[in-house]
Amino acid sequence: MVPVPADPIVARLCRLCQRAVSSLSATGAGLSVVARDNQFSLLAAADPASERLEELQLVLGEGPCIDAAAARRPVLIADLGWDGPTRWPVYAGAGHDAGIRAIFAFPLQVGAAQLGVLDLFRAVPGPLSGPELRRAFDLADEAVTLLLDDQGHDGDERSSGEAMAGSVELFQAQGMVMIQIGGTLAEAMVRIRAHAYAQNRRLIDVARDIIGRDLWFDRD
Amino acid sequence: MSTVSAERLSKIFVEVADTLVDDFDLLDFLQMLTVRTAGLVGASAVGLLLADQRGRLQFMAASDERARILEVFQVQASEGPCFDAFRTGEPVLNADLQAAGQRWPGFARQALSVGFRSVHAFPMRVRREIIGALNVFGSAVGGNFDAADVQIVQALTDVAAIGLLQERAIRRGEVLTEQLQGALNSRIVIEQAKGAIAQAHGLSVDAAFTVLRGYARRTNRKLTEVAQEMLADPDKLAALTER
Repeated sequence: MVPVPADPIVARLCRLCQRAVSSLSATGAGLSVVARDNQFSLLAAADPASERLEELQLVLGEGPCIDAAAARRPVLIADLGWDGPTRWPVYAGAGHDAGIRAIFAFPLQVGAAQLGVLDLFRAVPGPLSGPELRRAFDLADEAVTLLLDDQGHDGDERSSGEAMAGSVELFQAQGMVMIQIGGTLAEAMVRIRAHAYAQNRRLIDVARDIIGRDLWFDRD
Repeated sequence: MSTVSAERLSKIFVEVADTLVDDFDLLDFLQMLTVRTAGLVGASAVGLLLADQRGRLQFMAASDERARILEVFQVQASEGPCFDAFRTGEPVLNADLQAAGQRWPGFARQALSVGFRSVHAFPMRVRREIIGALNVFGSAVGGNFDAADVQIVQALTDVAAIGLLQERAIRRGEVLTEQLQGALNSRIVIEQAKGAIAQAHGLSVDAAFTVLRGYARRTNRKLTEVAQEMLADPDKLAALTER
């Protein structure tokens, strides 16, 4: 969907996973991305144990991460022992053996553009509290922004969730640019954001120009 | 003005119960509810906003295009009866739009310009939490809801909230968050599809929505599903205008 992220982005995503662990009383966190052929691959993790838990879902083809991507919504499992064994017979057992009691999977997406999934592993069962849930959504937004802005821009005030919180016009402009460039939605988002950065303009103003047919993008 | 027959009301509750099966589509359900509510109380139009995980109201459903535009306007301007009902937890009843220029300067102007004269707003609750609000637009000056109308619309709003909870949620509170996030993302998918259709067919984004909705109805498919398919495979965009 988006170009394979450069190493500095991977390093930042690993740090993001580590922040997720420390700020959400989790034991681990991992992040997988969707490649062009719709296959998932592990991109970042908080530590080697998280890496194994994340990768196992991809190998088995089952787990909260897989379901979150398929349903395009979060999968929040406060107690893996409750319906885990019936939903994911193999993975739930492996997670349990690794000492995991709760898993929370957040799709990294903007509408129809799927970029990946952020997974959070906890040793203690129980739901995320309201503030924890908001924090997790913020981290997921931040990961989306990092994946879309893999162009060496430094994260400034723009990056705080603007990719997700965009207005109706921004989403409409994404669909238009996708057709203009003959590419994917994610590529359209990258082009719109790169243009806004280069021209030092707000995304919403760029989006309005696109909808008004005052600005259009060519195929590469 | 309550002229609602018990028969019509019971029909709606049966339809709601029918919809709330295991894999129901939240957007389709809320859309159906806005259309039925509008028909039931003789309102011109009905719209519905839900709060996201950060407590920001987002557009979810509307019975027609005028209501959709007004709901989106409220979201963008952070002003209007839905915001008041959401903030206070109290309904806004029989508000005269011609006298509301101070209360909602932008919203009142917009609503009057598309022919509405009155507006009501009802808070939507799940347990103690207010999760959104439902707007009822009317063409009668100042509105003419009596106590029975208020009860009926508040009951339908509560039913919409129950739709969000459904049976599984009693076991797992997390399902509400999952449902809501899924529906919010579906709204984005639809906006993206409108843009793609507008570009491919040389239409305005509003005209693109009419085309998308018409196609979904003709083929008897869900709006989100069709939108998703068009964005995954833009070659399918050509099929939209084929009869």
